[in-house]
Amino acid sequence: MSPSSLFKRAAAAFLVGAALTAAAPVFAQQTVLRIVPHSNLAVLDPIWTTAYMSRNHGYMIYDTLFGTDEKGVIKPQMVESWTESPDHRLWTFKLRKGLEFHDGKPVMPEDVIASLQRWGKRDAMGSALFQFVQRMDSPAPDTFRIFLGEACGFMLEALGKPSSSVPFIMPKRVADTDPFKQIEEYVGSGPYIFKADEFKPGDKAVYLKNTKYVPRSEAPSGTTGGKRVYVDRVEWNLALRDTQAQVSALQKGEVDIIEAIGFDHYETIKKDDTLQMPKYATYGLQYMARFNHLNKPFDNPKVREAAIAAFNQDAFLRAQVGVKELYKPCGSMFICGTPYGSTAGSDIQMKSNMKKAQDLLKASGYDGTPIVLMKPTDLAAIQKLPDVGAQLLRQAGFKVDLQAMDWQTLVGRRAKKDPIDKGGWHMFMTSWQAFDVWSPIANPTTDTRGEKSTWFGWATDDKLVTLRNQFMRATDEAEKKKLADQMHARMYEIGTHIILGEYDQPMAARKNISGFFVTNGNIYWNLKKN
Amino acid sequence: MFAFLARRLAATIPVLLVVAVLVFLMLRLTPGDPAAVLAGDAASPEQIAQIREGLGLDKSIPEQFGIWFGRMLHGDLGKSYYYKTEVTTLVGQRLEPTLSLTLITIIVAVLVAVPLGVLAAWRFGGWLDRTLMGFSVMGFSVPVFVLAYLLIWGISLKLGWLPVQGYKRIADGLGPWFIHLLLPAITLSVVYIALIARVTRAAVLETLGEDYIRTARAKGLPESKVLMRHALANAAVPIATVIGIGIALLIGGVVVTESVYAIPGLGRLTVDAVLARDFPTIQGVILFFSVIYVVINLLVDLSYVFFDPRIRY
Repeated sequence: MSPSSLFKRAAAAFLVGAALTAAAPVFAQQTVLRIVPHSNLAVLDPIWTTAYMSRNHGYMIYDTLFGTDEKGVIKPQMVESWTESPDHRLWTFKLRKGLEFHDGKPVMPEDVIASLQRWGKRDAMGSALFQFVQRMDSPAPDTFRIFLGEACGFMLEALGKPSSSVPFIMPKRVADTDPFKQIEEYVGSGPYIFKADEFKPGDKAVYLKNTKYVPRSEAPSGTTGGKRVYVDRVEWNLALRDTQAQVSALQKGEVDIIEAIGFDHYETIKKDDTLQMPKYATYGLQYMARFNHLNKPFDNPKVREAAIAAFNQDAFLRAQVGVKELYKPCGSMFICGTPYGSTAGSDIQMKSNMKKAQDLLKASGYDGTPIVLMKPTDLAAIQKLPDVGAQLLRQAGFKVDLQAMDWQTLVGRRAKKDPIDKGGWHMFMTSWQAFDVWSPIANPTTDTRGEKSTWFGWATDDKLVTLRNQFMRATDEAEKKKLADQMHARMYEIGTHIILGEYDQPMAARKNISGFFVTNGNIYWNLKKN
Repeated sequence: MFAFLARRLAATIPVLLVVAVLVFLMLRLTPGDPAAVLAGDAASPEQIAQIREGLGLDKSIPEQFGIWFGRMLHGDLGKSYYYKTEVTTLVGQRLEPTLSLTLITIIVAVLVAVPLGVLAAWRFGGWLDRTLMGFSVMGFSVPVFVLAYLLIWGISLKLGWLPVQGYKRIADGLGPWFIHLLLPAITLSVVYIALIARVTRAAVLETLGEDYIRTARAKGLPESKVLMRHALANAAVPIATVIGIGIALLIGGVVVTESVYAIPGLGRLTVDAVLARDFPTIQGVILFFSVIYVVINLLVDLSYVFFDPRIRY
């Protein structure tokens, strides 16, 4: 045999062998669910950051006392039963049996108390709740109590809040970590166990089925119900960021689920017989434009009103989403169709037109100050919104300084309260998952304590502060709804921000994945892989 | 030779110092706040300020530089703000995919480009030369991501021969490692094939006009020996230079290819770090790249001695 033919045969044998090895499943006996998340997972402490990826990681490994079902109703999760004293100041919670951390230790009331205390120091709603909390104790090994200084109407809403930051329950030794430092041990009592040794930042995160987890008997809905796991292992592919390559990998069966597909790929996936786009959200997401109330001219409510009148939601939705079946204009700042969804006061925007916006601006005394509108160039999910906004503002008579920057520059700059000539800003746009904004307390724009507000934009309005305080103390559901309506009307009246419409963010999966349910988020239990 | 080596190595110290200072200052002077990135979208300004304090970013720039530089002198590149992992560990994790991709790309590129360049020079002006140079221009012109999508569509989706994405570590087996790197390496090698082929052609063309080539041909040596032993060997210096630069560029960042093929390499790490304003990681990675550039340039210079015995240091 000549050297050249020997080489050819050796090369052919290597390639065949390599192909066979590559084709052999690494975990032949295991069912592995391979997911492409919407972003990278960096921070593993879901209390320390409000990043959605950290929250989703939290749902994999931790459990919660309460959850929120697909219709926004709070239901028990780790809690078996609870009572509320007639004066609403003493809450007693009994934990259900079989709760156990991944290290084999039972979940005790002390773990719950420590977890809530840490969460209360980081989360806006938790912090609001702890304004009422006098103390917590544990009268029995399966019971904890929360004593309040005065009645509070959002105890369950806070404990069952589905989005950042979720009050996840951690072992006391972990929850005792300084709330301003990240935890370094990732032990929960949730349906999956985090494989810390296989975590490679920017590459992959791995979760194993927690075989000792005892799910509730109810059907899963939102973050409530039985968290049943039918796969052995879940792998998050953190390296696959290119949206076209994500779709190709899904088509070839190299991944099972893409958490968020680009709208450009919607039709391609829809036509592919091997793929599906399961409905996983009742309420979807909301686009929002936020004013900086500290800087002229948006310190003037009349100017803000003109901008609100100019912002036709349909124009934003058509440009950014484009797929008609995925978006809808909606005048509710608390999301259309949710328990506090309202349209009170929304006529300012929803029944307006450009002529009215022009008239309002002329009457406002606007002095021609160019509006610094920040545009993120690297965030496909929202990057077209500022272009539309700039055009509509110009049509209304504003001068606009549309400034392009990457998202991280934008998030750094929006924290600045400085005037425009010192790097300040007038407006930016973003999007929220529905359950971040559907509660009048959790919605960050309802906080109008000026520079003390917990979110950027720093609106000031004492009347709204009073209404919000009343809402926090209201214990009657009808009264809460009435107050929510009043808050909503007031928010439009003073122009806290502008909503730009609602949309669904499609998820794509291979057809052999079943068990999807309405989660209103990115949750991976109840799924089967055939 | 040793004196040359010592001089060159000593010269890297001021280079690295300048790089360190420039990178540090540039990062601090450009807009963006790592604390805001880490805090998440719903974080309050107070939470961001607390995180900033925790990271030591509330200190003055000279103070921050002093702390970082002091650690760097002890070989400590610091901890990533974003990943809470030592920068050296992060670089270590990302090195294998990047070096693997570089290795296979360069091998493919050299194996294809050098013979093509020699052939083009040998048939200078003919149809073969023009065709090859036409392909070379095309190789330069087609954007990497377009080529990547086309290859994925054709080779992975339609033919099913190779995986669309992903990286397998060498520890998982040579077969999976090679299979997963082949498509990205082909994608990347196209531009290097074009570059090396053009340089090879130009260098060989120049040597083919030399007297010793005429002498070799007059002696009756076969054309293959004339080309390989005399023309190519004497044209090796510029070819080695361009290959060396290619290796340095490949290690320094093939972001698009790594993104499309989901390869967790150094390029992707750099971009993620820049987007997240992860100062320690950016500083560490750029310093690492600087060392790589210096070392590769040094190796290229040393290779001249091997290719051309007339060169002395």
